[in-house]
Amino acid sequence: MKQVFEILEKDSRTTPEEIATMTGIPVAEVEDIINKAERERAIVKYKTILDWRKLGEAEVLALIEVRIQPQMDVGFDALAERVYRFPQVRSAYLVSGGYDLALVVQGKTMHDVADFVAEKLAPLQGVQGTVTHFLLKRYKEDGEILVSGEEDKRLPITM
Amino acid sequence: MLDKVPPSGIRKFFDLIASMDDVISLGVGEPDFATPWHITETAIRSLEQGLTMYTSNCGMLELRQEVAGHLKATYGVEYDPETEVLITNGVSEGVDLAMRAVIDPGDEILIPDPSYVAYPACVLFAGGQPVWVPTSCDSEFRLRPEDVGVRITERTKGLLMGYPSNPTGAVMELSDLAKIADVAERHDLVVISDEIYSLMVYGTEPNCFASLPGMRDRTIVLGGFSKAYAMTGWRIGYAAGDSRFIGAMTKIHQYTALCAPIMGQVAALEALRAGAEEAGKMLEEYDRRRRVVIKGFNEIGLNCFEPRGAFYAFPSIVSTGLTSEQFAERLLLEEKVAVVPGTAFGPSGEGHVRVCYATSISNIEEALKRITLFVKRCRSKKRARD
Repeated sequence: MKQVFEILEKDSRTTPEEIATMTGIPVAEVEDIINKAERERAIVKYKTILDWRKLGEAEVLALIEVRIQPQMDVGFDALAERVYRFPQVRSAYLVSGGYDLALVVQGKTMHDVADFVAEKLAPLQGVQGTVTHFLLKRYKEDGEILVSGEEDKRLPITM
Repeated sequence: MLDKVPPSGIRKFFDLIASMDDVISLGVGEPDFATPWHITETAIRSLEQGLTMYTSNCGMLELRQEVAGHLKATYGVEYDPETEVLITNGVSEGVDLAMRAVIDPGDEILIPDPSYVAYPACVLFAGGQPVWVPTSCDSEFRLRPEDVGVRITERTKGLLMGYPSNPTGAVMELSDLAKIADVAERHDLVVISDEIYSLMVYGTEPNCFASLPGMRDRTIVLGGFSKAYAMTGWRIGYAAGDSRFIGAMTKIHQYTALCAPIMGQVAALEALRAGAEEAGKMLEEYDRRRRVVIKGFNEIGLNCFEPRGAFYAFPSIVSTGLTSEQFAERLLLEEKVAVVPGTAFGPSGEGHVRVCYATSISNIEEALKRITLFVKRCRSKKRARD
């Protein structure tokens, strides 16, 4: 069963028929496994990893460290929700160490991101400080190496 | 003697592939994965630490101990790492050393047909006479004891076989091997068992010829790291056997190769100690591709028995009316898909092509589409001729 998810994790477009061929599990069973995982949100979403720059679209990403004040009863969660609801926030994590929230924030320009930090994030009550790191180059994302391609370096025929 | 070894008849075909762009190659005999990073990283660190010297002729003792441990744990066969294990420059060197150690001029060595291309050449180089033992699709390219038996003469010295098989992907189950062991016992044969693909089996357990009762002392086991751990370029293999074989092989090895490269040996040690998880992931991926390939060829009508080892399939192309070489050459020229004609591996490979599925699923699917078109064209031409 794990195999079904491993295949989908690599390529979410793989059809149940193809998965059945690859694993030897009957198609109907593959469909049941997938449907159940979708219902339970074990499969959260099917999405596409894009390189927007290659598509001619400007994109700026920043990693932002946020120190926040935990609140009575709700801890970090309430303030974290205030933060992750912003559409600019692509990912949000509560982390251990010198700060509390790690965010990946997306904008069209550096100004977009800077404005978001200065006008939306930093002024929130409970936010004690932010450190913004602009991403300069994406090497690897979600297990996929994005630079230089993974071209086949083998000889075309060997015995 | 060199004249007896024909230059590869399909050299021209290889050169042609090298000159073409956008070829999907199903003709590569090595993994498409890079060596797992922890293995490469261990070797890099050893280079940084200055481990750039010779090792003992037999290879690093630690590695020989680890190889002996692996063979005992996996197959229950015990070897003394001091005298019964030799680290070689890949299994290729192991085959050559074994032939030179075993063969007296004129001795005959039995080889399953088809087999890896180096076997008959190494027998000839060592002054021996290779004798093909045909295998066929009907028996899923397994070696049958009766076919071995009828080819034994007073000059027969041994049997050189490689299962799981390159090129067919065939495996020999322990019960199949036991029948071969009877023949070896009866005729006092030395058995050289190339087990480079032994860990790469699907739906069956890895096995080792030397683990069969009475076979350890008449068998030279050749194994390595290239395939299961994606380490072809590191050139590390091993030979394990009775000290009379390993001693003789070591003598030749020390004068002709001195030792296997130390960085490769360090990497191999890491592979044996910590490589099982990554090797397992690669094997799972090969298995998925294998199923896609078998289904694909059978749907095209190129009958393909289920190969249960290595990363090869060996479909029959007889229904196209072409020979193996014609099929491979025309498929390359017309559809830019490279496969290797079965005849490159012996006369019994006629009517088949070797398809290596060590390439991405998307490449395999595209190749199958192109082969479908090609085969349709071949068949309609054949019908018009008939």
